[in-house]
Amino acid sequence: MASKEDTKAANRKLLNRNLAQMLKGGVIMDVTNAEQAQIAEAAGAVAVMALERVPADIRKEGGVARMSDPKMISEIQKAVSIPVMAKVRIGHFVEAQILEAIKIDYIDESEVLTPADDAYHIDKTKFETPFVCGARDLGEALRRIAEGASMIRTKGEAGTGNVVEAVKHMRKMRTQIAEVAALQSEQLATYAKDIGAPLDLVRYVAKNKALPVVNFAAGGIATPADAALMMQLGADGVFVGSGIFKSSDPKRRAEAIVKAVAYYGDPAILAGVSYGLGAAMTGVDVESMTDAERLAKRGW
Amino acid sequence: MTIGVLALQGSVAEHIKMIKSVNKKIDTVMVRTIDDLAAVDGLIIPGGESTTLRRLIEEFGLFTPIKERIVAGMPVWGTCAGLILLADRIEGESPCLSVLDVDVKRNGYGRHSDSFVGEGDFDGMYVNMVFIRAPHITRVGDNVTVLAECDERPVAVRSGNVLATAFHPEMTRDNRVHKYFCNMVEAKI
Repeated sequence: MASKEDTKAANRKLLNRNLAQMLKGGVIMDVTNAEQAQIAEAAGAVAVMALERVPADIRKEGGVARMSDPKMISEIQKAVSIPVMAKVRIGHFVEAQILEAIKIDYIDESEVLTPADDAYHIDKTKFETPFVCGARDLGEALRRIAEGASMIRTKGEAGTGNVVEAVKHMRKMRTQIAEVAALQSEQLATYAKDIGAPLDLVRYVAKNKALPVVNFAAGGIATPADAALMMQLGADGVFVGSGIFKSSDPKRRAEAIVKAVAYYGDPAILAGVSYGLGAAMTGVDVESMTDAERLAKRGW
Repeated sequence: MTIGVLALQGSVAEHIKMIKSVNKKIDTVMVRTIDDLAAVDGLIIPGGESTTLRRLIEEFGLFTPIKERIVAGMPVWGTCAGLILLADRIEGESPCLSVLDVDVKRNGYGRHSDSFVGEGDFDGMYVNMVFIRAPHITRVGDNVTVLAECDERPVAVRSGNVLATAFHPEMTRDNRVHKYFCNMVEAKI
């Protein structure tokens, strides 16, 4: 018989995955202060990501990017009624302990910040707070889930306003899920070894033709059309980082992206919400970037 | 019989899967437009973010058609965010559909760290109850029946054709609350 502690841990895992399910079909927006958080909430965001600098600025200004000041995060928690997420550096479990202490709703162990550990990610099973992690392919997604992530997002290439990498990562994951589903049971162990993922999770994917957790799109989404593209490619929802508050009219763009995600399959509505929206954030050509400039390369 | 799930945001697929598990012959519709709504005999308003859902309902002209159908007797079931949208009063906010004589307080239990799995009796059935950033029902009107309580607090209520739960039966493997709603819809056809 399961002990009380086991039941409690199982329930927490379930609740953390369930919270991500409640966010499906929604938009999670990066915000840097309480005022932006309120704009995001009023526009229909399902959650906000509190951080001091959006990825585009981290990219421009350089230096070490760390967890945000808990004071700034608390101000955002007070300003809105929707869930508040915040980022910690890859492997920085003390930053995660601090966010748990201030009752953050979701922790993003994010490649957008400068990694604190060049070999290991956080053991997320040690936390009650749910984690979301970035992934470029199925192996990376399942490694993060094995470590305790309750939600996955594509990495894309944050702060570029260029959706190409998010598309690449989402397609890769969908293709690999279909591959796994087509395999015979004796082939699964080798496949798991090849992609560096635990066998039990590969078996889960083979049986269910899906990840065991929600999978959002992130990294480079700048327009309502980008958001709807990711939804049509099979994303459960989207994160928009620099794309909103680096555009010429953040309020309208935020509203438009929320509507585009809800009605992602309706081109007439997508045309309507895209109409006269003003300038999107200036994009960056990902092709011309060096490996050192690519945030998606961070994570192991 | 056709049951619709308001499909603007939230736990839509989970509800559809549960309805199908009650009876494969029940048609399910993802409701995003007035035409979708016209085709259903009953409607589920799922869990999600109530601020997002109400904004989209109002923005895309679904507010009046949904309210008219409910007032005319269409069975409706709101889970969590859905309960908030059905309530007559929401603490600190203006009400949305206002078709259920209860008061609610959003995030009544606290932040997500206070989300929990409870258990209790729902209309004679003992069920697990998944509460995720759930609202409190702070007042229950005279003509509203309390179907379930958890920790001495009402968590499921019904008034005629309107059913509401603060918890998420769609997040369990137990389809009995969905069956209860299907019976409500069946009785109306």
